[in-house]
Amino acid sequence: MVPFFALFTAVTVLPMLYAAWMSLFREESSGLGFGGTERVFAGFGNFAEALGDEAFLRSFGNIALYCVLYIPAMVGGALILALLVDSTMARARRFFQIAYFLPHAVPGLIASLIWLYLYTPGLSPITEVLDTLGANWNFFGQDEAIYSVVNISAWQWTGYNMIIFYAGLQAVPREVLEAATVDGSGALRTAFQIKVPMIRPTVVLTLLFTCVGAIQLFDAPKLVQLRANTMGEDWSPTMFIYTAAFKGHDYGLAAASSLLLALVAGLLSFVVTKLGNRWKAS
Amino acid sequence: MSTQTATPDAPPAPTPRPGTGRRPSPPPARRTRGLTSRVMVNGVLAVVAVYTLMPLTWLLIAATKNYRDLFATNPFSLGDFHLLSNLDALFAYNDGLYGRWLLNSLLYTLVAAVLSTLVSVACGYAFDKYAFRGKEKLFGVVLVGVLIPSTVVQLPLYLMASRLGLVDTYWAVLIPSLVNPFGVYLARVFSEGYVPGEVLEAARVDGAGELQTFTKVALPMLAPGFVTIFLFSFTANWNNFYGALMMLNDERLYPVNLGLFMWNQNVYQQPELYPLVIIGSLVAVVPLIVAFLCLQRFWRSGLTAGAVK
Repeated sequence: MVPFFALFTAVTVLPMLYAAWMSLFREESSGLGFGGTERVFAGFGNFAEALGDEAFLRSFGNIALYCVLYIPAMVGGALILALLVDSTMARARRFFQIAYFLPHAVPGLIASLIWLYLYTPGLSPITEVLDTLGANWNFFGQDEAIYSVVNISAWQWTGYNMIIFYAGLQAVPREVLEAATVDGSGALRTAFQIKVPMIRPTVVLTLLFTCVGAIQLFDAPKLVQLRANTMGEDWSPTMFIYTAAFKGHDYGLAAASSLLLALVAGLLSFVVTKLGNRWKAS
Repeated sequence: MSTQTATPDAPPAPTPRPGTGRRPSPPPARRTRGLTSRVMVNGVLAVVAVYTLMPLTWLLIAATKNYRDLFATNPFSLGDFHLLSNLDALFAYNDGLYGRWLLNSLLYTLVAAVLSTLVSVACGYAFDKYAFRGKEKLFGVVLVGVLIPSTVVQLPLYLMASRLGLVDTYWAVLIPSLVNPFGVYLARVFSEGYVPGEVLEAARVDGAGELQTFTKVALPMLAPGFVTIFLFSFTANWNNFYGALMMLNDERLYPVNLGLFMWNQNVYQQPELYPLVIIGSLVAVVPLIVAFLCLQRFWRSGLTAGAVK
């Protein structure tokens, strides 16, 4: 008990406070850059700077677009797969579950690395197939890059969430399903009108975790951006913070951006939970 | 028992095993229509399985090729078999740097996960079994901690660590990974489900101290929960790239993923690194996949415990 709270304070509470403190200051080089820097109290200057920074706002725009593409595809995909595996027609259920879950065992960065190579012409079987089909798709193009990022995330998470949904479906009482069948409900109707409503809480929770995860997106865009020159090093909020701190050495701005990101994440969780509860109650 | 959450499935009473025909096939009257939909359903499932397994298959094949074949041969055909020489090259490069990275990863993930799980389990147990003032408020703080994105805390952590002179040490990566609010939450749920108060009473009557009661009586009962929390923590640490990227400059302290990332940064100048990155990824992934396959049952019960609220 005590050790946990000591650590928890040290690595969660204190950093937040420290970030708040840091975000109020600006480092200014005095003179010609000799004699180091001094801290100047900046008030909310860093917040204003972050909010006024086009790149910072754009990074949230990027993530918003990413969510619009990714969340319906991934959660919808996981749900449909779970229903299919749960259906009476599925064979080799265990095999499919393991096959879908395996990508989750691959660390995020390495998964991104594998896909980066799979996107690279000359290395990749995919680009080769596309070429023979005469399709012209550049995974690193200005418009295509975001799909490349979405695909990496979907590959990693769809199976994981499918397992969660499937576990929820297993808890649906048999009697209910039998009653539905006796009442002449077809498989599709049973799936969408009986099974899905019964695992609503699980779906809401998954949406919440997915949103909180999406806003922290770093590994995949960081790697895709190595090849997709149009993305820029501040494509996602976490990339912006990293770049501000380690390339721009503007710790005040980075700290302010971190707090703003935490705020957005909190708001997002709140909104998703609220909407989810309303949907659960409907 | 609190009414707050569902009790997790304990391995003695596992979730119904999928694939063991829990639901009977449809009655014979619907067979003809059933056949087409059965083919459809399994067809879709198979296509998706191809999608999820393809990258790993490619990795396996690519890992057997030398640099020339990597770009010259068809990606899914086998070139000359160079797996062993690639492995040799991987572990020989820069005086066995890669081996060091593997050991580092082991330290950052395994050791950190064991410690963090111990701390979480003790904390969750205390939340469940002891009454003290402000308990629920404190627990609320833990739940808030679950929701704070870890990446948001990373930069302030880095700034603090640089103040304390901890940047570029093992501690910089280890200490933050010891905290796992979600683990505490799970531990409390498990403790409610698995450890009956009467048993603890009996232990105390027999003269066991509080600490002894916890380690000798409660901890064995919590073993399944321990494994579940451990797996969560392990995965989180294994995926931690952002933190390591910030905290470490010395390449001898890198975990595997950061090391591979840095190699990948250099492939444009040194294309001979390509095969190393590929074989390095494979070597890093294989033990994990094996571990996953062996520990599936715990995963399943853990996920269900976390999901069915």
